[in-house]
Amino acid sequence: MTTMTRPFTPEQLMRYSRHIIMPQVGGIGQRKLLDAKVLLIGAGGLGSPAALYLAAAGVGTLGIVDFDVVDFSNLQRQILHGTGDVGRPKVDSAKETLNEINPDVNVVTHNLHLTSENIMEVIGDYEIVVDGSDNFATRYLVNDACFLANKTNVHGAIFLFDGQATVFKPGEGCYRCLYPTPPPPGMVPSCAEAGVFGVLPGIIGSIQAVEAIKLILGVGDPLINRLLLFDALEMEFRQVKLRRDANCPLCGDHPTVTELIDYEVFCGSA
Amino acid sequence: MASVIRIPTPLRRVTNGQETVDVNGTTVGEGLDDLEARFPGVKERIIDPQGELHRFVNIYINGEDVRFLEGLATALSEGDEISIVPAVAGG
Repeated sequence: MTTMTRPFTPEQLMRYSRHIIMPQVGGIGQRKLLDAKVLLIGAGGLGSPAALYLAAAGVGTLGIVDFDVVDFSNLQRQILHGTGDVGRPKVDSAKETLNEINPDVNVVTHNLHLTSENIMEVIGDYEIVVDGSDNFATRYLVNDACFLANKTNVHGAIFLFDGQATVFKPGEGCYRCLYPTPPPPGMVPSCAEAGVFGVLPGIIGSIQAVEAIKLILGVGDPLINRLLLFDALEMEFRQVKLRRDANCPLCGDHPTVTELIDYEVFCGSA
Repeated sequence: MASVIRIPTPLRRVTNGQETVDVNGTTVGEGLDDLEARFPGVKERIIDPQGELHRFVNIYINGEDVRFLEGLATALSEGDEISIVPAVAGG
């Protein structure tokens, strides 16, 4: 059946009415959302608000990758999960929360550790990837896989009170163009070691949801070639330019990374 | 010539919590030297032992990445805003 021949149910018309009456969305845009397939990497701080808003908006297929279980220390910011979920796989807790918000959404759980061996199969069916992972090895893995599989990567990252967000469209710059190599282990403490302001992922993850929805609808200016910087302490948003690097080993003029590598070794975390 | 350096939160421990620091210098490298003179220990977090920018820390002048300009030799003008933006991976 084509997009135009599948009518909305009366409940859908009510549920999505505030979007459908907007000219930037309309019935056609809402149908695009219902037909869209988005993969969230991580059901943590960033993945929680992103998933909640994408589900509420009616993104029809939401994949969630996470191998972790809910811990009490997650609950300060990971709003997909509640106290009763402690000890459960995050993907199961996430699916239950998202189904309660919107049963239209097909939540596909991937309870696994992403690796060079499995990522291509996992991302294969999705159109957009939302990266809310929590370590450099996964970020470079997701970056390279998205470029090689020609998927747009909606990137967000947080630390302490600082957040970053951008959109990597294949051929228009990637994470390696932004940061050619990761910091050596121990140079940059993790959120577990140094802390993270609980509301910060709410802001950055919501921005990732905004960008994913804009890409699906084809409206507005996506955050391509722009890195958005957020400082919660000063309450400032700034932007800097992000360029494709002609010398990038992945997406440059003479690429040397033409297949996935061992990212634990690349990041020195093996 | 005076420029202002914006300090990211992970480095503010070294700058006594200051989010911006006014520095003097005609190039980015000189500006960072001035920052080091005021807050010893900050430079090694931005520059490697060979004197090059760490590849996981970006420096922007008025929003332009200096790696696409002339790196640490990039000229500074009065009132330029220098941003230090380290890679972060938290999620």
